[in-house]
Amino acid sequence: MDYYNLLTTCAFIHLLVSIPYAYSNYVENKAGQFFSSGHTNNWAVLVCTSRFWFNYRHVANTLSVYRSVKRLGIPDSHIVLMLADDMACNYRNPKPATVFSHKNMELNVYGDDVEVDYRGYEVTVENFLRVLTGRLPPSTPRSKRLLSDDRSNILIYLTGHGGNGFLKFQDSEEISNMELADAFEQMWQKRRYNELLFIIDTCQGASMYERFYSPNLMALASSQVGEDSLSHQPDLAIGVHLMDKYTFYLLEFLEEVHPASQANMNDLFKVCPQSQCVSTPGHRTDLFQRNPGSVLITDFFGSVRKVEITKDTINLTSSLKPLIQRSGSGDMQIESLTYVDQLPVAEIIHQLTPDQFLVCSRRWTEQSVRVSPSVYVQPCEKPPYVDSSPSHAPLCCGG
Amino acid sequence: MGLLSDPNRRKALTGLLTRLNTPICIVCYLAGIVWFMGLAFEPFTLRTYMSENAMGSTMVEERFSSGERALSLAKEFDAHKRKAGGMPVEWLVKAMQSRGLEVFTQSFSRKLPFPDENKERYMVRGTNVYGILRAPRAPRTEALVITAPCSPGNTNNQAVALLLALAQYFRNQIYWAKDIIFLVNEHDLIGTQAWLEGYHHTNITGMEYSPLQGRAGSIQAALSLELSSDVITSLDLVLEGLNGQLPNLDLANLFYAFCQKLGVLCTIQGKLQRNDWDTAEGYTHAAQTMMLMVLKQACGRSWGDHGLFLRYHIEAASVRGINSFRHYKTDATTIGRLLEGMVRKLNNLLERLHQSYFFYLLPSLSRFVSIGYYMPAFGLLAVILLLRALDLWVHLGAPALAAVDGVTEAEQPSSPGVLTVLTPVVISHLTGVALYLLPVHLQEMAVEHFPVSETEAVVLTAIAIYTAGLALPHNTQRALYAVVMVLLSPAFTILYCVFIYQELIEAPVSVSEGWMLFLSVISQGILDHALYGSLVYPLLALFIYPCWLMFWNILFWN
Repeated sequence: MDYYNLLTTCAFIHLLVSIPYAYSNYVENKAGQFFSSGHTNNWAVLVCTSRFWFNYRHVANTLSVYRSVKRLGIPDSHIVLMLADDMACNYRNPKPATVFSHKNMELNVYGDDVEVDYRGYEVTVENFLRVLTGRLPPSTPRSKRLLSDDRSNILIYLTGHGGNGFLKFQDSEEISNMELADAFEQMWQKRRYNELLFIIDTCQGASMYERFYSPNLMALASSQVGEDSLSHQPDLAIGVHLMDKYTFYLLEFLEEVHPASQANMNDLFKVCPQSQCVSTPGHRTDLFQRNPGSVLITDFFGSVRKVEITKDTINLTSSLKPLIQRSGSGDMQIESLTYVDQLPVAEIIHQLTPDQFLVCSRRWTEQSVRVSPSVYVQPCEKPPYVDSSPSHAPLCCGG
Repeated sequence: MGLLSDPNRRKALTGLLTRLNTPICIVCYLAGIVWFMGLAFEPFTLRTYMSENAMGSTMVEERFSSGERALSLAKEFDAHKRKAGGMPVEWLVKAMQSRGLEVFTQSFSRKLPFPDENKERYMVRGTNVYGILRAPRAPRTEALVITAPCSPGNTNNQAVALLLALAQYFRNQIYWAKDIIFLVNEHDLIGTQAWLEGYHHTNITGMEYSPLQGRAGSIQAALSLELSSDVITSLDLVLEGLNGQLPNLDLANLFYAFCQKLGVLCTIQGKLQRNDWDTAEGYTHAAQTMMLMVLKQACGRSWGDHGLFLRYHIEAASVRGINSFRHYKTDATTIGRLLEGMVRKLNNLLERLHQSYFFYLLPSLSRFVSIGYYMPAFGLLAVILLLRALDLWVHLGAPALAAVDGVTEAEQPSSPGVLTVLTPVVISHLTGVALYLLPVHLQEMAVEHFPVSETEAVVLTAIAIYTAGLALPHNTQRALYAVVMVLLSPAFTILYCVFIYQELIEAPVSVSEGWMLFLSVISQGILDHALYGSLVYPLLALFIYPCWLMFWNILFWN
């Protein structure tokens, strides 16, 4: 009897002890999941490529994705919205200053606070690629730039008229799937994204993601090669088709998502099956490193800030020591811990000679750069805002 | 060696050509005719479809509802028309102004070369009244025109009234991207011609008109309305314009699409569509519709007020309401909705209509034959001329071969001098010029000497000059050929066409009525040419008649 008592007591104690372990495991898993995506900010590039009144639905598509993305938390400063034509103020619009997505004028996606960054004839292939790769002239305002970094998750949404391997811009030019794939590779090499979700709603949209070859890309399209994406409902008062089927059902799906939602990409892949859409939506996840089931919708569509609470102090001063040592030696004039100038003022003012000029390696390799015979410089951390115009020699960034 | 540079092969080819010339010509002729008639067979035609993307597939729900008000307005218009004894200009101006349009008038006058007996006019003076509905938000660069003629008597009152009701309805909408011009023209085609010339700053027909005070942008499309009764059973679409020009097929497609949507019975050439294309009656019906269109185009006359717009590259069609005492009737509100829908779709246009065909034949409203399909038939007929010419050329070269071959039996026929060839050519053409110029110029002299009216004088002078050209010393041995030639002459062809036309519109005429119609056709042709610039009369007088005269000459060449 004693033996049995001892056994049960042991089991009980074991259970009591294991519960906190289980709980902490659970917490660790949860915490692990919380930090698994690895992104710190979200961007969205939403492009409508067609103009004219009868392409009303493409503008409505883009505006409905814009609305969802804004609702889930991405601010206007992180959204680049490109609309090729103005439907709200078109003379043929019987309800001026509105763009509806549901018939009988249920939902006005134009609203009061739409910020269009590229409008009308500014929506061209060149501008789109420049936005993606960041190669914009220095005079471009901030709202027209994609200022993403290597911890950004970017959502790219394209809609318009397309074909097998191309997307038509404005009735006068096209972007091919190779160009798009190369633009994404440039973005990857310049570390302009952490993960990228590409959604396209055009005819034969799957052809646009066939050529991607950069890592961390996930793509969705509304139709396969050889299929047409169909429009959804006409409105009998306005006289045009209001939305395309795929984006209509995407909007309905996104309306259910809220910032704390745990819906993942597998749910997104199920949006608009062939029975609803007539065309077969497709997706591509082979370049994506995480399992789509573990990717939350809000990782791309929302801007859920991740907060990491730490109780330890982090020593930030260690990497500064070599710089402070060097600044003591000789007549090198460098400014540490400053932001990069937009214009090469420092160069002009200080008139440094090349070998006295401290150059950071801007290639993201692991090697140190030899600057002078005895000093090696560690590769710099990428600063928050860098002017990436290639016109002048890169300056060293602080920190 | 190539086919034509190898002398043996060439001789064989030319031999083939000369031996089989007549059979090949006959085969080509028959093939051409069979091909053309086969076009009306439904499996060989294509279904009509909307080509213009901007006019899209989505229809708008029409909300026009003032059909009854339009009908009461028609009675008012009729009363004022009788009181004014013509066009009630002040009433129209006030009516349009009260509907919020910018109203302007244009006066015009024209003295016809000789009195028109069909319409009983000689010295025409009139006023056009038009109101412009300015698009509320758009720049004033483009316009659409809706026109209704002001005709004497009881005709077209409802058309003008519906025009005014539409103007009132359109004025309350904000979705217009183009200005809309509502035109009421007097003296049908003459008024339209004056307005168009004033609008485009041209003067091609010698009309006197006051310049237009108000203008909208460049006109993209025009619709002409003809409604003469309160109750309509079907709507007829008239497409043929001046010189046989047709509007873009998209306009016909638009009309048909709205007819189907609103359930209105629509016809073309006044004939209803039939579903039984595989029966003989179905085929003859389609063939009749197509042949009517061919004849209407051939006569070069504008068959509706829209016909004059086509010259300015403005796509236009006439919509005519017909009351044929059928059971199923359409009211004015539905017609208003049809027009509202058409104008709203035309409002969506970004460019002029150009996506669909400009040359086509319609065996029915839902089927069309494009130029690519009917041109080969004419090509086959033209090949006959080519074959005949080649045959003559080969024969001309043959005496030289005979001389080279061996002993010349007779002396080579002397090549005819240039003068002997040129004289008949010049005389034929001069006769043609005389046929073109003299009838109108000699009418006073004819009226002095003969007890005929001016119109009759013109027509009879034309016939006289025509017959005078036949006065050549003729060979009685060739009497048969002479008779055949006369029966195939242009004048007789026109006579046959008159009879065929009357048969096709199911109103056959007797010989004497046909003859009177023929005379009136000649006078109308001359008038159309003088008033609107129709080219059929000059073409016949200056080209076809001299060619025929030269053939006549050759027949009796001694």
